[in-house]
Amino acid sequence: MREALAIGGNSALLTRANPLAKFAAVVFITAVLAVSIDWVSAATALAAEFALFGLAGLTLRLLWQRGWPLIIAAAVGGWSTAILSADSGRILVDAGIWSISEGSLELGLGFMLRGLAIALPAILLMSCTDPTDLADALAQKARLPHRFVLGTLAAMRLVGLMAEEWQTIGMARRARGIGSHGTPLQRLRATLGQSFGLLVQAVRRATRLAVTMEARGFGGAGRTWARESTFGRIDIWVVLGGALIAGAALAAAVTAGTWNPVLS
Amino acid sequence: MAASVAGAAGTSAATRPASVSARGWGWRHAGRTAPAVQGLDLDIRPGERVLLLGASGAGKSTLLHALAGVLGDDDDGADEAGTLLIDGTPPRGQRGRAGLMQQDPETQVVLSRLGDDVAFGAENLAVPRDEIWRRVGEALDDVGLGGLALDHPTSALSGGQKQRLALAGILAMRPGLVLLDEPTANLDPAGVLEVRDAVGRSLDKTGATLIVVEHRVAVWKDLVDRIVVLQPGLSASGAQQSAVLLDGPPAEVLAEAGRMLAAAGVWVPGLVPATRPRSNSGSGELLLAAERLAVSRDPARRRGRVPGRRLPVQSGIDAEVSAGRALTVTGPNGAGKSTFALTLAGLLAPAEGKVSAAVGLAAGAGTDPFKWKAKQLIARIGTVFQEPEHQFVTGTVLDELMVGPRHLGRGAEAVDELLARLRLDHLTEANPYTLSGGEKRRLSVATVLAARPKVLVLDEPTFGQDARTWAELASFLTELLDAGTAVVSVTHDEEFSAVLGGTELRLGSARLEAGAA
Repeated sequence: MREALAIGGNSALLTRANPLAKFAAVVFITAVLAVSIDWVSAATALAAEFALFGLAGLTLRLLWQRGWPLIIAAAVGGWSTAILSADSGRILVDAGIWSISEGSLELGLGFMLRGLAIALPAILLMSCTDPTDLADALAQKARLPHRFVLGTLAAMRLVGLMAEEWQTIGMARRARGIGSHGTPLQRLRATLGQSFGLLVQAVRRATRLAVTMEARGFGGAGRTWARESTFGRIDIWVVLGGALIAGAALAAAVTAGTWNPVLS
Repeated sequence: MAASVAGAAGTSAATRPASVSARGWGWRHAGRTAPAVQGLDLDIRPGERVLLLGASGAGKSTLLHALAGVLGDDDDGADEAGTLLIDGTPPRGQRGRAGLMQQDPETQVVLSRLGDDVAFGAENLAVPRDEIWRRVGEALDDVGLGGLALDHPTSALSGGQKQRLALAGILAMRPGLVLLDEPTANLDPAGVLEVRDAVGRSLDKTGATLIVVEHRVAVWKDLVDRIVVLQPGLSASGAQQSAVLLDGPPAEVLAEAGRMLAAAGVWVPGLVPATRPRSNSGSGELLLAAERLAVSRDPARRRGRVPGRRLPVQSGIDAEVSAGRALTVTGPNGAGKSTFALTLAGLLAPAEGKVSAAVGLAAGAGTDPFKWKAKQLIARIGTVFQEPEHQFVTGTVLDELMVGPRHLGRGAEAVDELLARLRLDHLTEANPYTLSGGEKRRLSVATVLAARPKVLVLDEPTFGQDARTWAELASFLTELLDAGTAVVSVTHDEEFSAVLGGTELRLGSARLEAGAA
């Protein structure tokens, strides 16, 4: 978890862009893909996103580490759409109530590509954005309340600690004779007990952290920012790039005649 | 308003030491019947450095929290009496005038990059940006972290470095009063000195007033110019008494009341608490052995996966654990001492090599402790974790002690004896989480021993303990050793190792450096 949130060592170009600009670009792309379920727009956006890997300092390996739940969800979604949706065109596979036709395969493929194309920008954003910079931008540029933004940021640091603590509590409980073996019911009870132990520790840590922050003057009205969140020329390119990818996806689908808006 | 604050903070480059004054001050936490502090009269002059001592429950932390302005409000249901003032004004409302450091290094870090964390307090005080970064650089130099990059990840710091970072964050606020609440209790000896020296250097420079709460007097006595000993405002018989028991220069207080303080659990320099010596040397029957062991906390791979993907923190360890003998595991932070102990105790799978139980210990359960069921494990090897709370699984002290015997289908005989022996018999109905630090430690040892294991593994059992708990624990372990239990302890505490005797296994910081001494 700690590794998943850190972008340490990533010096790619996009790490220098303002998080809000990157967020705007992601919104453009996602908006177009959310409207249609065709495979051409999704494939176009996906291809463009893959081209951005280098700029964001992302590799396929890192992509899998950070985004595997989303990737698997997209694949499963595509597969179930292919076998469950209404058949049209030539039947390719027929297994009783499950069948895959050309039409349903196209729909399933579109669904999967779309899932990936929507998930990927978010992963790209995460991989080249430091949470601290994001918090700075949200508080200074988007004008979200700084108490909320900084409180969340500080709490996120504790999430990594909690992952380590979970392992330790699991071992500590085994050392008390409470194993995670046995019937499903026993395992469930063991997991609940371990969760309770973690909850107690999380509350204690959070309380101490809150005291630390308050003792450093957190929570007052006036505040300055050591790091100024700024927009630069690169941010114009980032927003334009996002709009361009969104436009290209739309244009490709309309040209290919596959544009198929959900709401029409 | 904000602008005027910024202006004031920005121009006051030098630190103005703060004075502290308490008159009949008292505080009762919300939901408690007894006050934490009562009738405190105390004056501290600007620039004075005070070591605050006292038995647990004397209200030391409460006083520090009150001075830091983080005690909450009266409308939370708490009760305040008398006055407590910094520079003649109540502490709340004077943000940044006092800086507080607490015990747990993990919760002293707020942000994930070194420089940002130091800047956090100054930002909250609305210090102008240029001035913040000037102060950040200066504060990091003062605490000896100036060699690290400003974007160095704070999660990669050691405990001692984290506490020095917290000090830098406090210094960047330019407080007139520095409050340290057991700042070194969770640190190894090297970390303790790092932090103490950083505090000394920075105070010499700024002249700020210091109040430090700490059990170990030797560490701080040369740095402070006054020792104040607090006591509970109500005596054991219920009579009102002064909250300040003793007050004076370190040498005088220690000469006058060293023995009394030691009896109350304070670590007085030159007084190692008396412990029970060992009366035999153990049978030496081999119970548990580690052969060419490599240890790692990474989760074990499932069967069929490529082995060797777990990165060991330490490898090539050979060790033997024998009945009635002590084995002490020592070495610098990060050497994998705890990981080794947990692997030896059957809680982590070996990354390479093996841990094998001899027939006398295994008693029909197979030779690999990691493969034992939890029930089999606790009757053979008991492990006491560094943080007692990690091992609490019930709501009362008595239930906590009964967990082991109940799992093993045994009666409560062992439990009554342990309750009396470890002075927990008056607490049987108390919630384990509400106990004091020393009581928690004694309970965590008792719960593991209630299952009567032949091997006892302890991870830093003396960390943060007062002298009285220390002596009780050490004496109790020599009794166990004499009775034939094998005791493995991970520790930085040389006096503790000396009491237990036995062999030392020193793990080096570099891998493959290990070997039994």
